[in-house]
Amino acid sequence: MEITRRGFLALSGAVGSQAALGAFGLMGPVKAYADELSKANKVKASKQYTTVCAYCSCGCGLICSVDYMTGKIFNIEGDPENPINEGSLCAKGAGFFDLTEANKHRLRKVQYRAPYSDKWEEKDWDWALNRIARLTKDARDKDFVVTNEKGELVNRTESVAHLGSSNIDNEECWLISMSVRSMGLVYIDHQARV
Amino acid sequence: MTNHYIDLKNADVILIMGSNAAEHHPMAFKWILRAKEKGAQIIHVDPRYTRTSARCDYHVPLRSGTDIAFLGGMINYIASNDKFFHDYVVNYTNAPFLVNPDFQFNDGLFSGYNPEKRKYDKATWTFQMDANGVPMKDFTLQDPRCVFQLMKQHYSRYTLDKVSSITGVSKENLLKVYEAYASTGVPDKAGTECYALGWTHHTTGSQIIRTMSMIQLLLGNMGIAGGGVNALRGEPNVQGSTDHCILYGNLPGYLKMLNTSCPDLKTYLEHYTPKCNDPQSANFYINYPKFTVSFLKAMYGDAATPENEFGYNWLPKLDDGKHYSLMHLFDKMYEGKIKGLFSYGTDPAVSSPNSGKVRKALEKLDFLVSANIFDNETCSFWHGPGVDPTQVKTECFLLPAAATMEKEGSQSNSGRWVQWKYKAVNPPEDALAIGDIQIRIMDTIKALYAKEGGPNAESILNLKWDYKDGKGNFDALKVAKQINGYWLADSTYEDKLTGATKDFKKGELVPSFGMLRDDGTTSCGNWIMSGSFDEKGLNKMAKREKDDPTGLGLYPNWAYCWPVNRRIIYNRASCDVNGKPYNPKRKILAWTGDKWVGDVPDGPWPPQADKEKGKYPFIMKQDGVGSLFGPGMVEGPFPEHYEPLEGPLAKNPLSNQLINPTIEIFKSELDTVANASEKFPYVCTTYSCTEHWCSGALTRWQAWLLEMQPELYVEIGEQLARDLRIGNADWVHVSSARGRVKCRAMVTKRFVPFKVEGKTVHQVGLPFNYGWLYPEDGSDSTNFLTPTVGDANTFCPEYKAFMVNVERA
Amino acid sequence: MKEHKMEYVKLIDTTLCTACRGCQVACKQWNENPASKTQNHGSYQNPQDLEWNTWTLIRFQEYTDTDGNFKWLFRKDGCMHCTDAACVRACPSGALHHTDYGVVAHNREICIGCKACTSACPFDIPRYNKTTEKIYKCDLCYDRLKNGQPAACVKACITGAITMGEKETMIKKAYDRVEKLGGKAVVYGDKFVGGTHVMYILSEPPAVYDKLPVKPSVPMSVILWKNLFKPFTLIGMGAIAGAAALHYLIKGPHEVHEKKEGEE
Repeated sequence: MEITRRGFLALSGAVGSQAALGAFGLMGPVKAYADELSKANKVKASKQYTTVCAYCSCGCGLICSVDYMTGKIFNIEGDPENPINEGSLCAKGAGFFDLTEANKHRLRKVQYRAPYSDKWEEKDWDWALNRIARLTKDARDKDFVVTNEKGELVNRTESVAHLGSSNIDNEECWLISMSVRSMGLVYIDHQARV
Repeated sequence: MTNHYIDLKNADVILIMGSNAAEHHPMAFKWILRAKEKGAQIIHVDPRYTRTSARCDYHVPLRSGTDIAFLGGMINYIASNDKFFHDYVVNYTNAPFLVNPDFQFNDGLFSGYNPEKRKYDKATWTFQMDANGVPMKDFTLQDPRCVFQLMKQHYSRYTLDKVSSITGVSKENLLKVYEAYASTGVPDKAGTECYALGWTHHTTGSQIIRTMSMIQLLLGNMGIAGGGVNALRGEPNVQGSTDHCILYGNLPGYLKMLNTSCPDLKTYLEHYTPKCNDPQSANFYINYPKFTVSFLKAMYGDAATPENEFGYNWLPKLDDGKHYSLMHLFDKMYEGKIKGLFSYGTDPAVSSPNSGKVRKALEKLDFLVSANIFDNETCSFWHGPGVDPTQVKTECFLLPAAATMEKEGSQSNSGRWVQWKYKAVNPPEDALAIGDIQIRIMDTIKALYAKEGGPNAESILNLKWDYKDGKGNFDALKVAKQINGYWLADSTYEDKLTGATKDFKKGELVPSFGMLRDDGTTSCGNWIMSGSFDEKGLNKMAKREKDDPTGLGLYPNWAYCWPVNRRIIYNRASCDVNGKPYNPKRKILAWTGDKWVGDVPDGPWPPQADKEKGKYPFIMKQDGVGSLFGPGMVEGPFPEHYEPLEGPLAKNPLSNQLINPTIEIFKSELDTVANASEKFPYVCTTYSCTEHWCSGALTRWQAWLLEMQPELYVEIGEQLARDLRIGNADWVHVSSARGRVKCRAMVTKRFVPFKVEGKTVHQVGLPFNYGWLYPEDGSDSTNFLTPTVGDANTFCPEYKAFMVNVERA
Repeated sequence: MKEHKMEYVKLIDTTLCTACRGCQVACKQWNENPASKTQNHGSYQNPQDLEWNTWTLIRFQEYTDTDGNFKWLFRKDGCMHCTDAACVRACPSGALHHTDYGVVAHNREICIGCKACTSACPFDIPRYNKTTEKIYKCDLCYDRLKNGQPAACVKACITGAITMGEKETMIKKAYDRVEKLGGKAVVYGDKFVGGTHVMYILSEPPAVYDKLPVKPSVPMSVILWKNLFKPFTLIGMGAIAGAAALHYLIKGPHEVHEKKEGEE
């Protein structure tokens, strides 16, 4: 959802029961440090999207401010409308901006490491998808168990496993749950246990 | 959580045990402190004084792994001092039920134990039935074979002296907590419990939680505002990922995974649909066939027909009694039997127990497919410390994933609130959402099978897999609707209670799981989420309205809460048998004579005093009441204290059964154990911190967080540090029977030694957030120390109690 | 020099702080301050002290009180925004100045890096960056205040330990709170340096806390500086020219530096 100007005004309600700072927000001529648009003004002029924190399970709401010109997120802070966190955030939530592409460590390309190689090499998606599908099919088909030792129908493979994740969206979890089972995987787990 | 985060503000006493809420669920403390400001008592029971303890009324240190002893002592206190909530216990629990005369408990073991299999035959863990097949009851609770008396007898062994000697908690402190918490066993007081991995990460984890559930039932704290047993879950969508069952043992919505004892759909449905002859028990799982068939329709679409049992036999089946959890997975991989691993958003080389074994296991893979937003120790295992890449055959893929704000979708918090998120920006360069990655991989695999065929190819080819938008990208909304479920034929639904009918058109969404069918005319990817949309497609997960009619912070129109937007589970138990709220000050629900008002009730039926139409409140339980006697657990119907696999004692002070008799013992040569060993004299526990998350695979890459917690440390009490001549910030080695790590010593007043069975026992602790890959001079991983052993019900690993030595480095 | 239309006070109630450090990170996020490379020094506290890029810091302190009770004290350190601000008095360039709301702000453009403020400040707040040769410190998110937003640390605070509002309201709130808490709880901030615009509710006597002066005051040398020298240096010369002249006096010829890492 796009929160426009109204969303920004909502942001200013975050101070809670104290003297409403918002009421004094338009105080008369003040000395600015520079003529350029201040960060607070930039937030006001941005496109805003709500999201949910990706750390613990409290489900705190966040607002991402996206610069119209660059299309990039330049600020993330708490969503004051969210009744769980009421705009506040812990250290991990407050540092959420560092998960965006502004973090230079983010992975941006498909990486591949060949057997016995000592380095990653960049690949394109098509190549990687075809190779992964090939390896998966070969491993699955080779070790596929139609019936177990007792002769019972089991239609499973024990040689391919899936792990993760508690840090992806529900719809993604469901797709994984469906696809790995359709292939007959049984070694399926994720962080629910750890 | 049975309740939710905001509801913590409604409690009168909050017991935080098995959790460091202020550090790991900081927002929980917003609500805990609101309760405190209103006069609630906040108690922290934990081996270590933490940021949580600092804000509680008091902190009670307890030796790791002795929680059942501590809580068993509380049951003894409540039962023997008549502190329980009589009306609630008699009407809403199985306390009055008469137990099978052959059921026994003797010297740490229940009847039916098979030491070779390390398993119980549960034949005697049953109730005495009347002629109608309904459990016999004694509502006076005096019959020596009733659950209440057996429970009382079982916990009479948990005396203050005994519990104090096991746990290391002083008798004064035990009594202080017991008295404070038991004060909530009255109608107008609420006590709640917050736990987390501090309970689940034990070989007795599930039974610790069950002990607390029993206490909550005894005190009438289940189903009420400010009550419940609240798992503060550790990850952002671990509730959702569990609900959708990326787990070996369940299908979405906790339907049981197929196994070899159910060769066809009919047997499966008969086996898992519980039967109950008591007409007042709703026995909600009677709907199991509707959920199962609708699930199969969602999975296989039109290919699932009554003739092919809706595709039942395309699904894989587990061998009866065999487990396939994370620990089993790595055990199998270490044996060289797993060739390929998909690892998404996870870093098991750091997070799994006995990491040394895990990393060796990874070297045996033919291929590893990882998808993450940052590189981690698992993806890069082939160039880790001590690994020669030229000797590692594994073909590795590292797929760049979108971060959460770069994709649309929903996330379920610990309070079961499913909140919708929006996509703010595109992921950088070639990165894709996991949903996109999975769709593309599966598309490619499906194409291969279409071309080449293969064993059970029908399962892959018939998998319904049309979740892309017009541009060919993953469409989260399409998937969410499929999860919610559709009408597959024009249908009329009749409400059995009121007789009202409603017509639905084919293609409309199913607005509630109560309407699902077992004949293939509805589909539903996960029944607990059915109702997250209305029939016209309104997405309730995206709701942002702030009305709060009860004034208790339920916010029924903010997001969606499963099941059916019920904010507090078992809420009918907040009222007496006539539907009158026990606590009028915190009224979440009340029966007005023809309907319930307040939260969404646990079913529309009248309260149980109505012998004709009324139902018991615990509708998900077969008998309709809360289980003080719980035969579902593998260890026995009453939780019993056992020592951790690795502990400081050679004998269990309560019985001759030292460790949990039902845990699985892993036997690879790297699974060494050293109980009560002079070489490893200190109890060790592991944890996270506010500044990092899990393995640190995300947070170590975030400079602001790393700045605050840059490297591995071990927290050591002042006395032990003095004894070992270790100064603050010195380098030390911490070692166990399985491995050794180097880290900084943090000498602190926050760990104090315990007096256990007359001996002084020191405990130390380390965070598990570090690994070699990053920062560049990265620390060792704590999980080199931990054992491959876990809870006997859930296989959650034992990260919280094992033995180590500490030496100056 | 500055008209005080409305004064705000940021109140830090240490009895509600969980040391989650949301404030510490929110400050860095909003102000785009980088992280430092740190080590564990045997405490959770990190960085060890305020730095040019760390304007607020949670101090962790293990403390056993006179009754033998163990306490883990958390104190959010940072600029106190004094009414009689030693740094403003000492600053020869006018870079440090009072703005609306009682905020002591810092105009980095005209800062000459003379470090007069660092020795003047009774709370040891302003920090010098060797690369940029400038001073850095909290400006109470002046930009946010102007736009009706609470300071980043206030907004982030989970438990309501940090709140902000009109001065008199907050002072009353502080005293009401201390009365409710009882025991040794005290209000800190309104009784010295003309009253600070950041105040504490402390659960222990001020002397217990690391790096918290019991009776902070403007050093006599700074009072003399202001009264005797400052008028001759800057006032009447125009701030920029004055700053350049002063910089020359103190440091010698100015060299143009290339933009380095860590520079804003």
